[in-house]
Amino acid sequence: MITTNPFAQLNAQSPDIFTPGVMQTYIVLMILFVIAGTLFDVWHKKSAKYFSMNTEKGKKNAKREVNSAERKDMMVKTVTSEVLTSSEFSNPKRRLSHLLTMYGFIIFVATTAIMIFAYPTIADGTPAILPLLWHLGALMLCGGGYWFWFAIRVDVAAEGKPWYKIAPRADMFILSLLATCTFALLWSFTSGMGIFLILFVASATFLFSTVIWSKFAHMFFKPAAAFEKRVIQADGSNEGLPGDFDLSSKEVHEKFPDIPTYMGDTPADMGPGIRREPARHY
Amino acid sequence: MPTFVKMTRCDGCGECVDICPSDIMHIDKTIRRAYNIEPNMCWECYSCVKACPHHAIDVRGYADFTPLGSSVRVHRDEEKGVIAWRIIFRNGKKDMELLAPITTKPWGTGIPDLNSVTEPSDEMRNSNLLYNEPKYIRMDEEGLHTLETNKLVMKEGVYH
Repeated sequence: MITTNPFAQLNAQSPDIFTPGVMQTYIVLMILFVIAGTLFDVWHKKSAKYFSMNTEKGKKNAKREVNSAERKDMMVKTVTSEVLTSSEFSNPKRRLSHLLTMYGFIIFVATTAIMIFAYPTIADGTPAILPLLWHLGALMLCGGGYWFWFAIRVDVAAEGKPWYKIAPRADMFILSLLATCTFALLWSFTSGMGIFLILFVASATFLFSTVIWSKFAHMFFKPAAAFEKRVIQADGSNEGLPGDFDLSSKEVHEKFPDIPTYMGDTPADMGPGIRREPARHY
Repeated sequence: MPTFVKMTRCDGCGECVDICPSDIMHIDKTIRRAYNIEPNMCWECYSCVKACPHHAIDVRGYADFTPLGSSVRVHRDEEKGVIAWRIIFRNGKKDMELLAPITTKPWGTGIPDLNSVTEPSDEMRNSNLLYNEPKYIRMDEEGLHTLETNKLVMKEGVYH
């Protein structure tokens, strides 16, 4: 069951309605929704304008210039750290949940597109790995998503609200994501057209068409923000923030004599203070 | 003038909400990021600025202290036990960093055990001296310094 291509099966069950053309057109339509929605979101929020203004401000306050080799290195580090491992999350639960959801979504969507474009009928002979990954992606998406919904969402984790209390606009994205992967799995496991197919298509359409409100645009502006943060740390402007000081170095001891006077020459790690426990007293 | 949150840096972790003594830093229910709900009640204590792990909060200070174009930013590092300030004048003539310790022992250690200290007696409770007085305020072994003990006299009137 998990090694059978559900889209090829759908085509076999109803070859006149669910032709390869229809399924592929739907995928293209969803891609167009995402592109249009993201562009509109960027224009509406003026994110590109804000980023370029911020970059100019950073350049004005820069203490040194960052050359192109350094920038390329930073781009690679941004991708390998912030993008691939979601390292911006300091909360480990949020980070793990985001990784499961992110990779689950990527695997799920990629295998959906591959199966629909390359193997839309049973005669095409889908390699077993693709439906396997499709189901795995949906399961990862469900795992990370439901964990987030029941335990990690800030309303539940920190504000003590019950999980069923929905904030309509805020929860549109996560609920449509959960609906899509849940109905996809239910549709696959029931091997039929039925209600689960309708709900799967409806929730997927809702998910991709509400991009202007949903979290999708963060896929682009978060890596951009992370890259910009590395650049400003390297060029010394750092948004006016002080640098990181090595408390054992002689230069720091000379510049700030309070440090060796009160903390000694090699100050120890003092451990977490207010961050010892997560913020939950509100 | 109040604190404000930079939305690209905020991740809605709630540290600022937890620490604000005026309870005016809240999480917006829709975008799930922090914001100052009552700017005119903000007393610029910088608690949220120091607590934010992403440096997403800054203060738009009063014009006589931080005129437009200048910058006062802080980084409180708990693991290192230091606090660092960076002050940039708006005329570009000064860009200075200050670093000071905030603890000399690991957090959670060095807490005095009050059970091991004897309770104050009735005589101590009824006296005019505060705890550890007169030992920690007098500079010699005798009693409290007064005008009389120092053979000084208050002169009436205004004089130069």
